[in-house]
Amino acid sequence: MKNALIALCVVTLLMAGCSRTSKQPAPLQATATGATIVESSGGKQIGYAGMPLDQPVIVQVNDASGSGLAGAAVYFSGPSGVSFTPAAALTDSSGQVTTNVSLGQQAGRYKLVASTRDASAKTIALQIDEIALGYQQTVGAQLNGQYCVRCHDPESTPQRVSNMDNLSVKPHSFTEGDTLNKMSDADLIAIISHGGAALNKSPLMPPWGYTLSKSDIAALVSYIRAVADPPYEAGGLVYAQK
Amino acid sequence: MRDKLSSLWRFFFGDSARAFGSASIILLVLLAIAPAKNHFSQWRHYQKQYLRFIRGRADAVTLERHFQGGIQQIWIPEQQITDRCTTCHLGLKEASLTDVSSVAFRKHPVIPHSLTEFGCTTCHRGQGAATTLQEAHNATEQWEQPLLPAKYIEAGCGQCHLENQIGTPFLNQGRQLISAYGCTHCHTIKQPDGTYIIPDDDPPSLKHIADKTTREWVYAWIKDPQAYAGTATMPNYHFSDDDARDISAFVIAQSTPLEPPIQPVKADAKAAADPAAGTTLYGQSFCASCHAMQNAAGMMVGGNVGPELTGIGTKVKPEWLQDWVANPNHYDPGTMMPHYRFDAKQAATLAGFLESKTEPDFVANVHLEPATPAQIEHGKRLIVENGCASCHQINGIKKPENFAPELSRIGSKPLNQLIFVEGVEHTLPDYIGAKVRNPRAFGPSLKMPQFKFTPQQVDAVTTALLALTDRAQSQPPAMRIASVQQTKYEPAGRAGQLMRDLRCLTCHRINGHGGDMAPDLTWEGTAVQREWLAHFLKNPETLRPALIRRMPKFNLPDLEINTLADYMMTVYQTPEFDRDSLPVSQLTPAQVEQGRQLFYSKFACQSCHIADYKADKGYIGPALAGTGQRFNAAWVYHWLKDPQALRPGTIEPNQHMTDDEARSLTAFLMSLKSSGSKEAMKK
Repeated sequence: MKNALIALCVVTLLMAGCSRTSKQPAPLQATATGATIVESSGGKQIGYAGMPLDQPVIVQVNDASGSGLAGAAVYFSGPSGVSFTPAAALTDSSGQVTTNVSLGQQAGRYKLVASTRDASAKTIALQIDEIALGYQQTVGAQLNGQYCVRCHDPESTPQRVSNMDNLSVKPHSFTEGDTLNKMSDADLIAIISHGGAALNKSPLMPPWGYTLSKSDIAALVSYIRAVADPPYEAGGLVYAQK
Repeated sequence: MRDKLSSLWRFFFGDSARAFGSASIILLVLLAIAPAKNHFSQWRHYQKQYLRFIRGRADAVTLERHFQGGIQQIWIPEQQITDRCTTCHLGLKEASLTDVSSVAFRKHPVIPHSLTEFGCTTCHRGQGAATTLQEAHNATEQWEQPLLPAKYIEAGCGQCHLENQIGTPFLNQGRQLISAYGCTHCHTIKQPDGTYIIPDDDPPSLKHIADKTTREWVYAWIKDPQAYAGTATMPNYHFSDDDARDISAFVIAQSTPLEPPIQPVKADAKAAADPAAGTTLYGQSFCASCHAMQNAAGMMVGGNVGPELTGIGTKVKPEWLQDWVANPNHYDPGTMMPHYRFDAKQAATLAGFLESKTEPDFVANVHLEPATPAQIEHGKRLIVENGCASCHQINGIKKPENFAPELSRIGSKPLNQLIFVEGVEHTLPDYIGAKVRNPRAFGPSLKMPQFKFTPQQVDAVTTALLALTDRAQSQPPAMRIASVQQTKYEPAGRAGQLMRDLRCLTCHRINGHGGDMAPDLTWEGTAVQREWLAHFLKNPETLRPALIRRMPKFNLPDLEINTLADYMMTVYQTPEFDRDSLPVSQLTPAQVEQGRQLFYSKFACQSCHIADYKADKGYIGPALAGTGQRFNAAWVYHWLKDPQALRPGTIEPNQHMTDDEARSLTAFLMSLKSSGSKEAMKK
């Protein structure tokens, strides 16, 4: 009687334990092992919290001579909330693996890891950084696209010709963390609101305080902080695996 | 066994004292269940965790002062909101908790609304009244409203904000896609403000289709529209070869000849078509403002107002093309394409150029036998069954009413009314996403066709549909920001007829009606001088050096130019000020000089504008070298004082000029009378 009860308990516990084990993806059968893993494209994208990135992330596994290696297993991982499709794959004939990434629900910087194993079964890892914008930064990004980008971004696109080359004093690109991170939020708000001339800087920067609202300007600052490279220290969380 | 049980019974209930004692203990235990459940409840666990967490922080005193134990609740009766989320989410309003890694205790990201006025479930969904994590966040049998995944969060905004918001790019994109892909031809969507989402894809009438194209092309097109043009908005119905054969048979059979008929191409007109002149004319007429075409390098160049022209020579018949180029109103009075004033030679040149843009592979493998009456009849039945007339006008077939389910409340559809298929998670967003992505996965007999959306576009459309909730419909009207609807404004009289013929409103907006590709012309008569306007209509020049799209040259005769210029100068005036209220004669040379100083030093206008082609390089605003000939001084003055007041959304910032500064700058700008930007550029 007692034994039967104990046995029943044990079986129940075992079953409960079993149902918790998560589904492990079938291990990849790598046919080759690389020497290095490098980013091909898709890093440093500016995406949105909880949403897929526009461009896929592509990494390449190279052999000792530095050329692409087919058949190596690449595993992607990231902080919680990040998903990869696929999360693991073998490199193609050019040594590359392509994965689509969806970022987590929180705004901030995401440190993703792509890893493979070398001949001695040691893991070699590559860190890939991505940025997720939240609501306020999204507003900032939109305002940036409407008002700021044509002078502050040196890149031209077919839809938008950059005006930076035409300016005698070059504006800072918003990703220039080295310079912009040294300025406080109050500094940035002042220069956006009152223009360069009012702060003894270049008059080519006009005042926006009579055109944009205070919350618009705060949104712009939050965007500038979000995209700074190197990252702005007080600029939100860095999501990395523990 | 039986003995054991009976001895147990005697032990507890053997006599009245034992029975009383046992019953009391059982009663006590029963009574203790409720307080124990309360004591060990999940939310108390979170509150204890929070207190432990804040005690270790430098600002513990402040945070502890803000902390209130017990069940917390945001109650907004008029919106039926009872949200107890703040019982566990304790740091939502704490500025110092921005960077906390635990979601439960982190400050809410900055949004324009107060949490106490709007609650949580308005945007995030979930069960507001629940006090366990499982019930609050996930769907349980009794409560089937799970949290909305973050990627659809803009659907929350879309319940009240029916107009586009700068902070909701995906919702805006989703709504735009729903219009652009014509979803509402079949699905009615009545918005909470009583307006309907109007499709703007403008599917062509098929009443005279045989004049325009061949049965072979129709067949290949309905088999796979995107194979002809990647930008085509028509979805793929996955018709079988036989069905496509019969539909193409009926489509051609129902077509009647245009009245008056299209003239065959004259032999000499055909000879006039030479590619070099055609390319030039295509460029001069700025066809690429609306139409895309693949260039020699394989790049798609041009706009998306009209259809892609890469394979137009394969698509349409030569005589139709020439007729269309000469006057599109003949074939389609409702087209968005302007009626260019081409002479016969120009029309032949342009038509010849377009005819050479072929994609022979598209129809190469289509070989159709002449249609039989049975096939035509079957084709007609297929067209009725698939609701083709919801979008296209077809002879002998009436537009079906409400062909597909109404979607006005799709965002609140109860899950038990939906039929899921394998591989789709049992949530509403997953259901809608799956339907948009691949409707035929829900059964081969379903009629909804396959649209070609990227995964990101699927999410955007899903977001827009999820915003169509019961809450949105039942919200107090004061909460709503109504959608911006196009007005029904039409210019009047002879000029109005001309403007319709030239389709000015395809690109320009006037009094709230029209496109947004080109500047709003509502107050153009106050802004510009008549001579300039007439000159511009005759020979449009580049106004903004860095802009690709430009006004086409319509080859208008002087009579039409005068009609247009007179009408615009008289009718399109702002009521705010008189365009002659600042005569140039009042502006002094001293003011001109002062204005020049202000232009180049204090306001640094040269960063965006060109006042002197030799010295300035600003590429953002229009070139100002001809301001004195183009604008009226009063307009320039008022513009400088507050640009957004005259054109909301313009990127020129308000520089908060004094009256004197604005007057001096106006004097300087009005003194700029450089004519012919191109010649000046060359110097």
